[in-house]
Amino acid sequence: EARVFNQTPIRPRQSRLLLAKILFLLYRGDSMATAEATNLFFSITKLFQCKDMSLRQMVYLTIRELSTISEDVIMVTSSLMKDMQPKSEITYRANAIRALCKIVDPSMLSGIERFLKAAIVEKSPSIASAALVSAAHLFQDAKDVVRRWGNEANEALNGKALSQGASFFGGASGAGQVVSTSNIVQYHAMGLLYAIRQHDRMAVLKLVNTFTGQSKSSGWMGGGGGGATLRSNMAHVLLIRYAVEVMEGDPSRASQLHELLKEWVRHRSDMVSLEAARAMCQLPGLNSKQLTPAVNALQVFLSSPRPTVRFAAIRTLNMLARTHPEAVQPCNVDMEGLITDSNRSVATFAITTLLKTGNEASVDRLMKQMQGFMAEISDEFKTIVAEAVRSLCRKFPAKHGVFLAFLSGVLRDEGGLEFKWAVIEAIIDLAKHVPECKEAALAHLCEFIEDCEFTKLSVRVLHFLGEEGPQTARPTMYIRHIYNRVVLENAVVRAAAVSALAKFGAATAADPSLQQSVRVLLRRCLDDREDEVRDRAAWALRMTGDTAMRGKYVRDDSTFALAVLERKLVEYCANPAAAAAGQFSFDGIPRISRAQEEEMRDRVRVEAMDAVLTGSAVSAPSKQAAAAAGADAAAAAAPGTPTTAGTAGGFADAFERQAQYAEKLNAIPELAAFGAQPLVSSCAAADLTEAETEYVVRCIKHIYAGHVVFQFDVTNTIPEQIMEQVEVAMEPEDDSAAELQPVVVVPIPELRCNEPGSAYVAFERADAAEFPTATFGCTLKFVVKEIDPATGEPMEGDDGFEDEYSLEAADLGAGDYMLATYIPDSHALWEALGADSEAVEVFALAAFDGIEACITSVAALLGMCPLDGALRPKSKAAHQAVFTGKWMGAAKTVARTRMTFQKGSGVTMELAVRSEDPSVSQLVVAAVA
Amino acid sequence: MVNHSLYTVQAVVVLDSDGARLLAKYYSRRPSAQGHKSLKEQKKFESELFSKTRKSSSEVILLDGQTVLFKYINDVYFYLVGASDENELLLSSVLNGLVEAISALLKHNVDKRNLLDNLDMVVLALDETIDDGIALETDPNAIASNVSKRGVDTLDVSLANLNEQTLLDAYKQAKERFNLALLR
Repeated sequence: EARVFNQTPIRPRQSRLLLAKILFLLYRGDSMATAEATNLFFSITKLFQCKDMSLRQMVYLTIRELSTISEDVIMVTSSLMKDMQPKSEITYRANAIRALCKIVDPSMLSGIERFLKAAIVEKSPSIASAALVSAAHLFQDAKDVVRRWGNEANEALNGKALSQGASFFGGASGAGQVVSTSNIVQYHAMGLLYAIRQHDRMAVLKLVNTFTGQSKSSGWMGGGGGGATLRSNMAHVLLIRYAVEVMEGDPSRASQLHELLKEWVRHRSDMVSLEAARAMCQLPGLNSKQLTPAVNALQVFLSSPRPTVRFAAIRTLNMLARTHPEAVQPCNVDMEGLITDSNRSVATFAITTLLKTGNEASVDRLMKQMQGFMAEISDEFKTIVAEAVRSLCRKFPAKHGVFLAFLSGVLRDEGGLEFKWAVIEAIIDLAKHVPECKEAALAHLCEFIEDCEFTKLSVRVLHFLGEEGPQTARPTMYIRHIYNRVVLENAVVRAAAVSALAKFGAATAADPSLQQSVRVLLRRCLDDREDEVRDRAAWALRMTGDTAMRGKYVRDDSTFALAVLERKLVEYCANPAAAAAGQFSFDGIPRISRAQEEEMRDRVRVEAMDAVLTGSAVSAPSKQAAAAAGADAAAAAAPGTPTTAGTAGGFADAFERQAQYAEKLNAIPELAAFGAQPLVSSCAAADLTEAETEYVVRCIKHIYAGHVVFQFDVTNTIPEQIMEQVEVAMEPEDDSAAELQPVVVVPIPELRCNEPGSAYVAFERADAAEFPTATFGCTLKFVVKEIDPATGEPMEGDDGFEDEYSLEAADLGAGDYMLATYIPDSHALWEALGADSEAVEVFALAAFDGIEACITSVAALLGMCPLDGALRPKSKAAHQAVFTGKWMGAAKTVARTRMTFQKGSGVTMELAVRSEDPSVSQLVVAAVA
Repeated sequence: MVNHSLYTVQAVVVLDSDGARLLAKYYSRRPSAQGHKSLKEQKKFESELFSKTRKSSSEVILLDGQTVLFKYINDVYFYLVGASDENELLLSSVLNGLVEAISALLKHNVDKRNLLDNLDMVVLALDETIDDGIALETDPNAIASNVSKRGVDTLDVSLANLNEQTLLDAYKQAKERFNLALLR
């Protein structure tokens, strides 16, 4: 068809339609071969002979689209240049500029630079816009050239406003060409200017100040119309972002920024107002009162007729509610109205926000409202609601009656697996955490499995009944329900039911008659058609008959760290050599307690839900980022805070982290020689600098069989500098470190701003049986080079100068040799180890003014895993705690402390340690001394 | 990470009432943008988008970590995809500009058939609104005026409208054709 182009005379109308068809094919997703595109391209160039404007515009567009797939597009440069000349028509020029910039080679750019510069300051907005946008595109490839256009862009930014202002005063002077009312040139100029100057903080600040100063004065003049320089709303949005960027983190400007945002929130354009409100909500360190203007503006948006406005407002509020629930409370009434919003995203956000801000009184009303519209919404949305109710249950356990009624109500409704699953989980959660409603919840679950079409759900419920049922007052009722399943259901459910029965059988040992009847039921299952069911029944019968086995299977409350187990298994499967060498070994897999795992799973779930709601972490990479952030948060919480969730999660994450460290360490040949993986890695990084200094250094210690490695994570926070040859010099502060001989120092070759790097220092332990403790004075040594703010590269010819920066001392304590692991059944271990290996000492610690402070610091010194409640003293006067760990990753160690507190004399603590290696017990006790 | 650049639009998609693609343009110049790389991914994204928005009167949805603004007129669905942390109202103004410009160009008679008949105007309007992910213009009037109307074929003019031409025009045309003949 492309032959049409070759016809003479050229027929513009037909050609144009044909071009449109080609574009249509491209846009539809049909791809074109390079040769084909090149051919097409050359036939299109013939169309330049035609002067018809409508055709020409289409030609430009096609050229631009083809430029990515065709070759030799450079050929048309001269034709385009001709169209850029000032005498051609406006539409011509704008399009020619854009097409030219798309195809031009960075090296040829200087040739057309003059035209582009002239175009940027052109009066006609469409030409100026085209030139500015093209410049922004080019900026990625040809930074140097475009950087020279800063002045022109600035002129466009300010000058354009003036000329527009003039036309404003002079009435409608823009006859002929329709003048854009959006003043979008400013937006483009602003964006380009920022791109040019983004490395230069002062310049951006100046840019921001130019506009903030003037808009303020115009506000005072009360004119508003002609005086305000910034007339494009979109440019204003950009301005807000830039203002926040340059002023944030600078305490001297914090109040100024807040004032500005307050003013911008009142802007008459919704777009600007929203951006300002959002910026305000994201500012750290504001209290609820300071947030009021933003919240007020958003509240008005909530009742807007436009869904987009409502959506934007509720999303911002949702974000805010996470950090400042009390600030959002004034909007509760408006948000309740939005629960039934036609836009489901809006409704979802409304519900989840309300859950965060709601108080106990509003819960009843909320539930009633939700019940009303549950039937009308899709499954997916119902699932979200169920999840939301689940978190609400945790928040207000006193309202369990209402929740349970609601959940059981929706359970009876129609729904898919996902939704039912969420509801079941919510009920189980409720039963676990609110003991008062356990019986009622179990009854609902029993009723549910009577008529359940999902095998998976039946299994889940049966498992839970097996766990909780035996502890209730009337286990017989549950046994009846469970046995019904054995009679009626398919094989998978039958197997699960048998397992549940087994648990009843094991746990009801105190009541022989009941146990007997369970055994009768189990015996009947021996005739089942399925192997699995028969196997389970046989196993259960044996187990219930034998007391020792019963204890082992039923009371075991530990489980493997599943993530680690999975990774090890994958490694095992991927490596045929290992498979040939022998069976998979469970020794290397840390065990964690059920409770810890539960906590971890909860945390992951909450995070995932948050992520779904913010819509930010759906793709895989960002999910990883979220997980990493979670790990960081847990790490921050781990060292001493008494929140169990934080510590439990922290320990589980520690395994993950350790694997990461090992990977990093093994990448360095000198260190890899020490062993495959450090035996112990300290779980929390110790800060060696203040938080707000030029260089941030954190220290992590790794213990190998014969070596100690210090890892220093260094972050350079000065954008103007680049650090090279960064290393840490460590000087022992006393002689005690004589047993430690420095062996390797690994520097960081180059460190840019905000790109953390790791330097290492390794010591060799002279005597493997000695575990020296020491304190090292640390100094950061490096070569500093200035950075050219324009390019982001180091200045040429700058050899840099050497500099030092002294850090706080790094300690190597006995606790660092201890691997914090959960050891199941620590009591039995304690007994088994016996008094021979025990080391006991009594300390009088006058310095502490409370048990809690004392236990936290002891935990930090020991470096061991606190067992349930160890860090949460129940009384103020006395406390007992148990810790477990493995010395050098091998020798199991249990520590028990008892402490009492008296006002005046401080804390008195008795520490008893037993270990598989008696010398270790002494060392551990010494660690606290 | 707040978007400090001019790149705001990640894709524009136009679907018909069956969810089939009429037009789709994915912009990938912005370095950090999560690109819908392959055609298959794009189609999957679109079908999901369509199934989620078909029966809803709302204008905005979060999908795959992106904010999607949409609008439909008769049997044509317009979608605009932006980053999830983008200012929704800014995106909305861009989409509005595009849709209203197209609507004006099609004489306020937007449906699938009309759209396909006037493809040239539609693609030009799209191009005048968004340039590789940067919003070029949001004022529908300005967009519409930047899109040139369809010209008439020179041949047709000379035959059909001969009597309406001025003498000068006629002369010009004759000259042009003479030149062309010479060139040939």
